[in-house]
This record gives sequence, structure tokens and C-alpha cells, in this order.
Amino acid sequence: MCGVAGIYAETAAAAAPRREELDAMTRALHHRGPDADGAIVSGRCGLAHTRLSIIDPRLGAQPMSTEGGGLVLSYNGEVFNYVELREELVALGHRFATQSDTEVVLRAYAAWGEDAFTRFNGQFAIAIWDAFRERLVLARDRLGVRPLYTCAHLGRVYFASEIKAIFAADRTIPRALDPRGIDETLTFWTVVAPRTAFAGVEEVRPGHVRVYDAKGVRETAFWSLRYPHDFEGTIEDAAEAVGEALSRATSLRMLRADVPVGAYLSGGLDSSLVAALARRATPARFSTFSVRFEDGEYDEGRFQRLVADELGTEHHEVVVRASDIARAFPDVVAHAERPILRTAPAPLLLLSRLVREAGIKVVLTGEGADEMFAGYDLFREAKVRRFWARQPDSKLRPRLLERLYPYLARSPVANNGMSHAFFGSGIDAPDALDFAHDTRWRTTSALKRLLSRAMKDAIGGHDARAELLAALPPDLASFAPLARDQYVEIKTLLSGYLLSAQGDRMLMASSVEGRFPFLDADVVKLANALPPSYKLRVLDEKHVLKRASRDLVPPEILRRKKQPYRAPDALSFVGASAPPWVRELLDERAVARGGVFDPRAVSALAGKCRAAAATGKLSNFDNMALVGVLSTQLLHHGFVEQRRES
Amino acid sequence: MNAIETTVRSFIADNFYVRDIDALSSDASLLRRGIVDSTGVLELTAFLESAFAIKVADDEIVPENLDTIDAIVAFVARKRSPKAA
Repeated sequence: MCGVAGIYAETAAAAAPRREELDAMTRALHHRGPDADGAIVSGRCGLAHTRLSIIDPRLGAQPMSTEGGGLVLSYNGEVFNYVELREELVALGHRFATQSDTEVVLRAYAAWGEDAFTRFNGQFAIAIWDAFRERLVLARDRLGVRPLYTCAHLGRVYFASEIKAIFAADRTIPRALDPRGIDETLTFWTVVAPRTAFAGVEEVRPGHVRVYDAKGVRETAFWSLRYPHDFEGTIEDAAEAVGEALSRATSLRMLRADVPVGAYLSGGLDSSLVAALARRATPARFSTFSVRFEDGEYDEGRFQRLVADELGTEHHEVVVRASDIARAFPDVVAHAERPILRTAPAPLLLLSRLVREAGIKVVLTGEGADEMFAGYDLFREAKVRRFWARQPDSKLRPRLLERLYPYLARSPVANNGMSHAFFGSGIDAPDALDFAHDTRWRTTSALKRLLSRAMKDAIGGHDARAELLAALPPDLASFAPLARDQYVEIKTLLSGYLLSAQGDRMLMASSVEGRFPFLDADVVKLANALPPSYKLRVLDEKHVLKRASRDLVPPEILRRKKQPYRAPDALSFVGASAPPWVRELLDERAVARGGVFDPRAVSALAGKCRAAAATGKLSNFDNMALVGVLSTQLLHHGFVEQRRES
Repeated sequence: MNAIETTVRSFIADNFYVRDIDALSSDASLLRRGIVDSTGVLELTAFLESAFAIKVADDEIVPENLDTIDAIVAFVARKRSPKAA
């Protein structure tokens, strides 16, 4: 895994890239590739690279050029089917100087142009400079595992794996939080590509290729998410096919590395299955890694241990306390480069440090299973609400929600209509494309009450939800309801948050590469071919996956009720152990300087959270609000304010 | 605006960060506007009990009593009237 960076002079009048600018960019990306770095300036384009050596450590240096320098490549990621593609290219007459996947990417582009990206089964951010055609090509993998940002400034385009490298290249690039990025975050929990948290900085969309040349700039999709549901077979056939596809995907990710590979174990089904398949793929010593929590409410240690013992892995744990989360949080935000509403990335930053200390560079995780095989409560909730919508006056149908959320049955708020009012909102429009997400987005959007008047004015009439809905494919309404819900979930939370703020960024902060068998191109294709009922059978989530896991995962794990991964949120930042920066950033003057939130509202929020330190009870709203305010304040302080002062 | 409404509005403004509380219509749904969520309802209930010295039964925590400022004011007034006991 690596860092990509570069500068392209769009016009002849713009200054040509200089080596020292590229060096400044690679320095900002050092954590993504501490093993080596390099840069090449070729006419109007300069490409740079920081390298974490995983395949062919001796010869895979980058940027890599074809003979004569016609094509120059800087590439972050892995193309797992590079061995097969190499054979195809050799048959076409291409000759290779290295064993690296980098050279396969380069020669695949030489052979097939942009069609090459459709053949890649992997996770990548690619920058190619075609010197003969004076064309810069930027591409990102199908689901957005690897990041790639751009910024147009004074006739140049800056691009990099992380925004901090763009800002490092040129101190005159304006640095400001984007009000529309704030609006998106306070709706979807994340910014959605191409938008970022920073005005003027864009992210290349997953599954897209962006081309800059004399004709200007164009961005087109080379892949799109479809749900043909054309699998013809029984549920048992499907379970067998899923097991085989996942086994192949895991083996590819284990074997296509010249360094040891480990795995994360959360204690849930997905990571347990991946670890079991990985264990089967290697006779060598195999390490697993888990986050544990001092607070028993969040801890899954018993289940993690169970799987590690059963698989006979060398198991490593980091035990996280609320004070650890607060201490790590500034680093989390500096790496995530966006406001976040949950602290959940923080323990994963601490976990990746543990991986690195154990001498492991690559880990497999279960990320993506919930999106591809319908694991989230959100999908089950939408199914119940659609069922309810068919008989809106039914008293019994909404009670199915109690099967999803057992706390409702015990809560005084539940038995009497309050929860019905909450979950019943929107059931008059069951065909709406955002039906499943309406409850979450409505709850999150309520945070906008805390915005400053100036920020509200800057957002103006922008409606994040309407903009997202307008950008969805026109035929999405014809998808099965579950497929529709999966599509929206993948386009928002998976790409924008889980793979990024909680994934790539927290791993790369410690120079560790994540690999995700559930996001394998063949696994995704198979999952999307299955009928919805194989994934969500009545209200049984990931049904086909559970069947595929029967002989691989301990029965206790299969029987467990799904536990969402959560970490202590706002209460990490209050009480005696709270670090001093928390009070400083929540101070009314500091909040006013940040410009995003209303200082008085934040004071009230902070007071409420501090009072809750004694009781330990705080609403979901207040938890999200305090984490959102603190992360935004840190982002402003670290990326906007400090740069201005220095 | 009577004393109950003033107290209720002040609580909603402070506890749920509603800056322009005067602009909030008395018949606006607090749930639909996202001002009060399921935990917020419990906070609101606890406040009403302590501020107005009333006891709220589980089966009284319903939208009909708590979803609008009008409903809350009427509910508190009913609970405080001698007949309610």
C-alpha cells in the first residue's frame, strides 16, 4: 500500500511541476509508504509515490515508466488478479522486467487503455501520465477502498491520496471547510464523493476514471453497481457458491503478498469467517488482532478469543479505555480529514498500531459483508416498515420492530406510540428511494440545529438529501427494495466512511494495508446475483452467509445476535481524564473562530455532556453532536487555522 | 403564553439546543422535526416531573401528550388540576 501524488499543469501558461513540490507532497504521505519514495517530472506532469513494499520489494519501485518514458505510473493498491492479467499480456507480446503488480497495471493500460480498469479485481488509486498524448488519467477502484483527491488551483491540478499532501504542495491553496460538506456530514454521517470536507478539493468517485488533456476534464464510470438477481439455484447452491467465492477471494489476498498477512477479529461472523478461510489458506503462523474495551458494554473479547483459540492463531489484543479514545482523537481526525460523528475509528487506529508493532504489514478484515449480504438492522427495519406501510393502521405490524430492537419492548417510550411515531415517519411513501435511510438521515439532520447562523447562511438552499437522490441512477426505482437500500448504503456510508475514515485512513496511519475479501469483484457479483430473500430471509440477516459459514465458524458465533461495532462516544471527552484540548476547543471563542457551530449551543451541549459523566447516560443525539463538534473543531484547528497562523 | 408554556419552551431551547424557540410553533411536531427523539422523550418526561411536581405514567408517554408544545402544556395542566389526582 502506498501514497500517490502529483501535479499537472493544465495550461501551457501554468508553472511546470517542480521536484521540491513533489517532495513536499511525499513527505506528507510518508505514513502511507515508509519503505521508499520517488518522483518523476515529465513535461507538464509530475508524479510522486511513497511505497509500502508488499509485492516484489526489490524491483517494484515507483513511479514506474515504460521504456522511453511514454507512460508513467504512480499507483496505490493491489490488483489481485495481476498474475492472470500478466499471462494475458505476455500472450499479447508484452515483455516484463519485474514480478510486480505495478508493471502489470502499467502494461495493462498500455494494452487496453481505460478498459484495463474494468479488468482489475482489486483496490486501487491510479495516476498515469501519457506523455505522448499529454493526458493525465486518474482512476479509483469500484467501491472506493483507496482514496484519490484533486484540487484545481491557478491553472494546475494537484492530486494525492490524502488532502494534506495537496495542501503541502502549495501554501497558496485556499483552506476552508466546505459548508456543503458540513451539510452532507450532518445528514449522511459522511461526505459523499466527489465532495470532501474542504472547499475546492474533490475526491475522484469510486469506479470512475477522470481524464485531463487538451480537451479539458471528463469523469466517467468504468463500473456500476447492479443487482441482476439472476442466480438460478437453491439456497444450498447459493451457500456453496458463496463459500467458494469467498475462499478464492481470501486465498488471493493471502497469497498475493511477499510479506506476512494477518487478520482482524471482531468477534462477529464476518471477520471470523475471513480468519477461518485465511487460516485454511496458509500452513504458516498466522496472527489475528482484536480491539477490546475496558467497558464491558462494548467488549467482545470472549467471542474473539473463542475464534482465535479454535483457529490456533497467534492472537493480539489492544484494550481500549475511554481516555485512550480521547487521547488518540486528534490523530484520528488528522488522518480521517473529515468531521466524524462517532469515535469508532479511534480504536481502529490503536489496533493498526498494534499490527505494525507485531511486524505485520497486511491485514484481512470482514468489511463489506453487511453491505453485500444485508447484515445491517437498517435493512431489516426497512423491511418491517414496508410491511407496515401496506397496512398503516395495523397495531401489530409495527410491533415487529421490537424483534429488531429488543430495548423497545422494555422501554416506556416504546409501548405507547412514541416509537411508532418515530419509525412511522415516511411510511406513507414506501417506494421513496431513501425510504430505508429516512429515519437515520432525519435523526442526523437534527444536528444542524447546532450550526451557527453564518454556516446556515453559507449552506443556504443546498439540500444534501435532494442532491444525493438526484444523482442516483434513473432506474434505481426498478431495483428490488433491498437492492435499492443496499445501493444507497454502499454509495454513502461504505465508501465515504467505513472504507475511508474508519478503514484506509486508520490502517495507513500505521502503514498497514487492509484487504477485504467481501469486496472482491467476483464475491460482489455473486452477492448481487442472489435473490434478496437469500440474503435477508424474513428477518434473518446474512442468511446465505450463515449457511456458507456452518462448517467454518463456531456455532456460538453463528448464533450470536449481530452486535454493531461501537465505541464509547461523547463520554470519552468529559470527566477527570479529559485532555485539556477538549475544553480549549469547546470554549465559546474557539467555537466562534471555527465558524461552523453556534457557540452558545455548544456550551449548552458541553455542559450537558459534562453533567452526564456522573450518570453515564447520554442521548444518541448528544453523543453524535459532541463528537461532531469536536472533530470539526479539530479539523478546522489543524487544517485551516494552524496553517493560516504558520 | 402562560407560565407552563414559558417553562416548557425554555427547557426545549436549552436542552435540545433550539436557538430560535420563539419561532417554534406551538402545534409543530417535536418528533417529526427531530427536536425530540426517543431518549429526548425521557429527558422531557423527567423534566416535567421535577419542574411541575407531577408523576407521568408509562402509558401517558404518548405523542398525544408530548409531541407538541400545546399538547405538553395541556397535559401538564390536566395533571396539575385537582381532578387529575
